[in-house]
Amino acid sequence: MKIHEHQAKELLSRYGVPVPRGHVAFTVKDAINVAKSLGKFPVVVKAQIHAGGRGKGGGVKLARSLDAQQLPGTAEDVRQLASAILGMQLITHQTGPEGKKVGRLLIEEGMDIKRELYAGILLDRSQAKNVFMVSTEGGMEIEKVAAETPEKIVKITIEPATGFQPYHARRLAFALGLEGDAFKSGVKCFTALYKCYENTDASLVEINPLVVTADDRVIALDAKMNFDDNALFRHPDILEMRDLTEENAAEIEASKSNLNYIKLDGKVGCMVNGAGLAMATMDIIKLYGGEPANFLDVGGTASAQTVETGFRIILSDPNVKAILINIFGGIVRCDRVAGGVIEAVKNTGIKVPVVVRLEGTNADIAAKMLSESGLSFIVARDFADGAQKAVKAAAER
Amino acid sequence: MAILLTDKTRIVVQGITGSEGTFHTTQMLEYNTKIVAGVTPEKGGQKWQDKLPIFNTVADAARETGANASIIFVPPPFAADAILEAIDAELELIITITEGIPVRDMIVVKDALRRSKTRMVGGNCPGVISPGVGKMGIMPYFINKPGKCGLISRSGTLTYEAVKQLSDRNIGQSTCVGIGGDPISGSSFMDILRLFNEDPATDSVVMIGEIGGTAEEEAAQYIKAECKKPVVAFIAGQTAPPGRRMGHAGAIIAGGKGTAAEKVKALRTAGIRVADSPADIGKLMAEALGMH
Repeated sequence: MKIHEHQAKELLSRYGVPVPRGHVAFTVKDAINVAKSLGKFPVVVKAQIHAGGRGKGGGVKLARSLDAQQLPGTAEDVRQLASAILGMQLITHQTGPEGKKVGRLLIEEGMDIKRELYAGILLDRSQAKNVFMVSTEGGMEIEKVAAETPEKIVKITIEPATGFQPYHARRLAFALGLEGDAFKSGVKCFTALYKCYENTDASLVEINPLVVTADDRVIALDAKMNFDDNALFRHPDILEMRDLTEENAAEIEASKSNLNYIKLDGKVGCMVNGAGLAMATMDIIKLYGGEPANFLDVGGTASAQTVETGFRIILSDPNVKAILINIFGGIVRCDRVAGGVIEAVKNTGIKVPVVVRLEGTNADIAAKMLSESGLSFIVARDFADGAQKAVKAAAER
Repeated sequence: MAILLTDKTRIVVQGITGSEGTFHTTQMLEYNTKIVAGVTPEKGGQKWQDKLPIFNTVADAARETGANASIIFVPPPFAADAILEAIDAELELIITITEGIPVRDMIVVKDALRRSKTRMVGGNCPGVISPGVGKMGIMPYFINKPGKCGLISRSGTLTYEAVKQLSDRNIGQSTCVGIGGDPISGSSFMDILRLFNEDPATDSVVMIGEIGGTAEEEAAQYIKAECKKPVVAFIAGQTAPPGRRMGHAGAIIAGGKGTAAEKVKALRTAGIRVADSPADIGKLMAEALGMH
C-alpha cells in the first residue's frame, strides 16, 4: 500500500525522524491557515499524489506571502498557488499521460538547504535481508545514480539476528561526509528511520532529498513510504491512511471481494484462477495478436458469486470486446465452475462473446453443461484454442 | 526415488483441525501420503477424524511418531511461529502453504533456516507432489503421472497446466515443486534445481518462473555451470505493467528490474529452451527429450 508524503512525514516524525514543520490542507482556506500558523516565509506548497516527479510537473511551488492583496506585486502567494494546484490534473513521468487529480496539499516551512542527500531502505530479495542505502546525489532518481555512478551509493545490509546498530548509523553518516552537529543529527535520523521502517512493516522508505540545513540539521525534505500489504493487519492506523481516490474504482471493488484485478488497455477481458495462470493467459492473448484488457485472479474456488463479481468488474471497462474464462479446476470440480459461469452470465446479461476453457475434474461434463445452457458460449478445447478464439471474437467487434 | 517427498518422509500437519488443514489432509491421505500426526496447540491427546493423533507441539509429534516433515496450514499472523517451531524440532522438510505471511516475519524465518538443517518450500505455494509416492500440498493429483521429469514453479494453477501438458505427452514426473510466489521463499529455483540435478531418478526439468526478483537469472547461471539435464522454461508476465503487484506479492517489476524479457534473455543465453507460449511447455520438453 502507498501513502501520501504528508502521511509518511507524520509517521516518520512519530519515530523521531526530523521533518519540516507543516500540515495537510484540503482547501485553499486550510492552506492559508496552515501557512499562517507556520509564522514565516517562504512556505512550500506541495501537491499530494501517489507519484514521483511532482516538482517537474508543476505541483511544488514556493510561496513568499499569504495573499497578494496584502502584499501587492507578489504573484507567489499561498492563496493563488493553492487554488492553482488543488484540483489540477498533475502529469508526471509516473502518472501516465492522463495525470492525477490533486485533492490535497502539504503546506510546510521552506528550509535553508546546504546539501541534498539520499536515504532509502528496502528489502534485498536475493539475500532476504533489508538494505539501507545512502548517496551524496540527493534530488536525482536513485535508479539513474545506480546506473551511471554506482560508486556514489553506499549500501549496508542489516543482519536479521542483530538488527540495526549504532555503528551502522555512524558508517552511513561518515559515508556522506557529515561532520559535527550534522553528523550527530544524521546518526539520530538514520536510527529513527530504520526503526520506523521496521516497526511499521514498510516495504520501502525513500527520503529524496534528505537535506543538511544551513544550521547543520539533517531533515527529511521529502518522504515516500510503501507498506507490505500482508502485514497491514498489524497496523490499523496505517490502513486508515489508504486514499481510495488514488486507486482505480474497479480495482477497489475487486479487492472488496478478495479478487485481484488490474486494469490494462486491451480488448480481451480475462478471468482466471491463480496469479501465474492469469499472467500466462495475458501473455498468450498477446502472442495470438490480441491485447489483454486486464489481469484478474478469481482465486482457487471460482464460485458463482466470484465469477459474477468478476464479470461486473471486467465489463465496467468499455474497451472489453470479448471475455476469456480460463479455469484450471484442480481440486475444484469443473461442473461446479460451469454452473457458476452459467448463472453469472444469466444474472449479468452479458452482451460480449464469452470464451470458456475449463480444465480439470469433470471438464467434459462442464463443456456439455455450457453448450446445452442455451447461452452462446464459445467453448474452447484447450489453453491455446481459448486464447485464439477470444482474440478472434474481440477483433470481429 | 524422488526429491524432498520420498518413501521415507513421515509427515505431521500443523493446523490440522482448521478447515483448510482438514480438507487437504483428507485429500493427501486419499493419495496414500504417509501422514502420521497433526499438531494443534491445546488439542493434544485428541484424534483427528478418528484417524490421526493430535499433539500440542511439533517436538512431541516428532518424538512420538518419528515424523521428519511438516506441512503448515496455519493462518498468516501465526505462520512464522509455526515454521520456527518446526525448525526448532529439527524436522528435515517443511512445506508452508499459508499465503500472506508478512515479509518481516519471513526475514526472521529465512535467517533461522540458514542456521538449521531444515529445508523449507513456500510459503504461498501449492506444495510438493512425488507422483506415486504422495503429495504434501493442495494440488490435484489426477493430472500427474510417475516418471522422470522434475518441475519447479512459482505458481499454482499454471503448474497444473504444465503438468497436464507433460502427462498428455506421456512425460511422467519425478517430483513437482511449487516454490511459491512470495518475495522471500524457503527455497529458490536454484536450491531445487540442485536437488533435481543430483537426483538419479530425474532426467529433465521444467522451470516456470514469473516477473519480479532475480531468482530466474541466478538459476540460469547455475544451469549453465552445473546442470547436465535438459531444462525447459517459461516465464509468466511478459505483458505485465511495471510497478503493479500481479496477484503474487513477489510478482512485481520494480525499478525496471525483474522483467520477463530480462529473464527470458538470461535463460536463453544459458542455453535453456524457453517456451514463448504457456501452451507449448509440454511440446518443448518432448522435443528436448527427443520424443516424437
